[in-house]
Amino acid sequence: MKNSNHHIVSALVENRSGVLARIAGLFARRGFNIYSLAVAPTDDSKLSRVTIVVDVETSLLNQVVNQLNKLINVVEIQELSPLDAVERELLLATVQCSTGKRSEIIQIVTALGGEIVDADISSLTIEMSSTPEKLDTLEELLNSYGILKIQRTGRVALPRLGYLAETVADSELKLA
Amino acid sequence: MKLTGAQALIKSLEHQGVEVIFGLPGGAILPVYDPILDSSIRHILVRHEQGAGHMAEGYSMATRRPGVAMVTSGPGATNIVTPLMNAFMDSTPLVVVTGQVATGSIGTDAFQECDITGITMGITKHNWLVKDPNEIPQIVAEAFHVATTGRPGPVLIDFPKDIANSAADYYTPGSVSLAGFNIQTEPDSNAVAAAADLILKSKRPVLYVGGGVLKSNASAALRILVEQTSIPVVTTLMARGAFPDSHELNLGMPGMHGTYTAVTTLQKSDLLIALGARFDDRVTGKISAFAPNAKIIHADVDPAEIGKVRKPDVVLLGECRRSIEELTRALTEKTSSSNEALPLNITEWHNTLKEWQQKYPLSYDRQASDVIKPQYVIEEISKRQKEGTILASGVGQHQMWASQYWKFNSPNTWVNSGGAGTMGFGVPAAIGAKVGRPDKQVWAIDGDGCFQMTAQELVTSSAEQIPVKIAILNNAYLGMVRQWQHMFYEERYSEVYLSPDLPDYVKWAEAMGAIAFRVDTPEEVIPTIEKANEIDDRSVVIDFRTDVTERVFPMVPAGAPNDDILVSPEHADGIIQ
Repeated sequence: MKNSNHHIVSALVENRSGVLARIAGLFARRGFNIYSLAVAPTDDSKLSRVTIVVDVETSLLNQVVNQLNKLINVVEIQELSPLDAVERELLLATVQCSTGKRSEIIQIVTALGGEIVDADISSLTIEMSSTPEKLDTLEELLNSYGILKIQRTGRVALPRLGYLAETVADSELKLA
Repeated sequence: MKLTGAQALIKSLEHQGVEVIFGLPGGAILPVYDPILDSSIRHILVRHEQGAGHMAEGYSMATRRPGVAMVTSGPGATNIVTPLMNAFMDSTPLVVVTGQVATGSIGTDAFQECDITGITMGITKHNWLVKDPNEIPQIVAEAFHVATTGRPGPVLIDFPKDIANSAADYYTPGSVSLAGFNIQTEPDSNAVAAAADLILKSKRPVLYVGGGVLKSNASAALRILVEQTSIPVVTTLMARGAFPDSHELNLGMPGMHGTYTAVTTLQKSDLLIALGARFDDRVTGKISAFAPNAKIIHADVDPAEIGKVRKPDVVLLGECRRSIEELTRALTEKTSSSNEALPLNITEWHNTLKEWQQKYPLSYDRQASDVIKPQYVIEEISKRQKEGTILASGVGQHQMWASQYWKFNSPNTWVNSGGAGTMGFGVPAAIGAKVGRPDKQVWAIDGDGCFQMTAQELVTSSAEQIPVKIAILNNAYLGMVRQWQHMFYEERYSEVYLSPDLPDYVKWAEAMGAIAFRVDTPEEVIPTIEKANEIDDRSVVIDFRTDVTERVFPMVPAGAPNDDILVSPEHADGIIQ
């Protein structure tokens, strides 16, 4: 999961049909892989916030961000540096679990700050919301017990207060 | 006011000042064609929807007004995809209305249904699917605003049939305000000052003038800047006419088929002032070897162009015309308050350029008497052009020769397909230009391959009485491809031969209502051009049988550094370092 080419792009977009296709289309046109994507309405129902994690070199990313900024439905866009951002991600995982291992798994999950949200005779479903790195750790540990199904949401992020990163477009223009 | 959606659409177009629609009706757009009968807008019925799109482009390039086209759903819509892509590449403002199946049928694979907003997402500045008839005036206003504001470009309005038939509230649309569409028009004053400093320090500056100068109506401002500073100018394929060819500081076109002097001036410069140009690969050649010692000032209205190809030292983000004006003002102020002076003291640079121009002018065998040289035809038409003649062209060798040998002296007189390289652009674009400027003579230089792609629009020109003159440089080949096969594929000619006589161009043109001539010898060239120039009420087609073997020079092979420019074989040393 840790990859030096991972960049977080946060965009405020109009909440309309087709907007996601326009955004995704710009990535596809340049052959970039979207690593994760999270979209939901904001407090203003006309707007949604999109958080995109993309695997790309910085110079190429600037070009995509500039192009995204040209989309009429994109109201605001910025690249978030992980240092200047608060990031969270949600993980749901169903893990195979014999009676003997049950308390061991519960212990690990609780220690990392997760929760058991469902259980039956031979499996547990675990929920955890945390930083992507902590979720990586949990996923790795759960793997040794046998993950039956897993879904991660992809990260959502907001700039840290007082650290409001400048938009990439703006910083580009300050070259002069 | 209560109208039908169709009436509201036409009224909205009238409100935007639309005078002409190029189009072709069909099922889904049928309701919109009824109110056209009662409208002040002239509708020009094309023979193929691609023709409508290119005509709208030609109209726009000749007038600087947005071109408008209207077609039906499905195949009508997909037939206009190429013009949309072409307009997107060349930043031409177009508003295209496509019919769509009724909203309830969308997504059901209904007859002539097609997801045209999906298809054109990547080749329009924006597109709209109208879902509420009451939104029509506002959407049309937004469409024109987006198409014409900032870097111009095409937009598309997809118009479902039931929306056209339903009752709509017509109102005068308010001013357009789109949260995600903000254009910076004024360049930053610190950046302008920094640019002026770079200019005053430079020894080998050059103005790299692109299509943005035409789009922002900056020709006059550019001329003042040039005359004040004496900085030489190169005009890209999209900017021919932005600065007069008759001016001694105009070095011509740079790029793959640019003049030796324009190409080399960029290469050797120490300051490249890019005005509304985008460092296209056809201009830069191998990018890592492009203008290696030049600092870059990049003036553009589109932030996404800044640093896309070449990292600039100074950025003038804003309308090109404003950047040029501000730059001129800053230079005047700086020099009046210091011991620096205008025009710049760059005599040595001027002398070098003059040497290059004398040593490597554009050339072809002017003595040829047994065969018609295509360049000769272009030169002779150019010499006889009436004031303000507009020249259109297709894409290929003839286009490059036209750009090289035609003398452009005023802006918006050159209508060609640059970024997209759309064969078949010439005939419909010439017709569109003539519709926009009926007071001007319109010539097109076309190739035999290009002509065959869109010639049917000559029927439109005859039916609608839009007289244009088409010079086909008929070498019986897809000439540019042949040239590449000659030079890079060991003369293995694969699928490029077209035949000079099939079709019979004269008969074909006559069948479409045009007057047609065939010219086989050099002696007939001038008299036939003169005959054509005397005909004002009909389109004229001349089939010039030109030299098959002629190639376009200079040439920078694709992907090669610009220093590897190949000049005409007559300049014996071939590759110059």
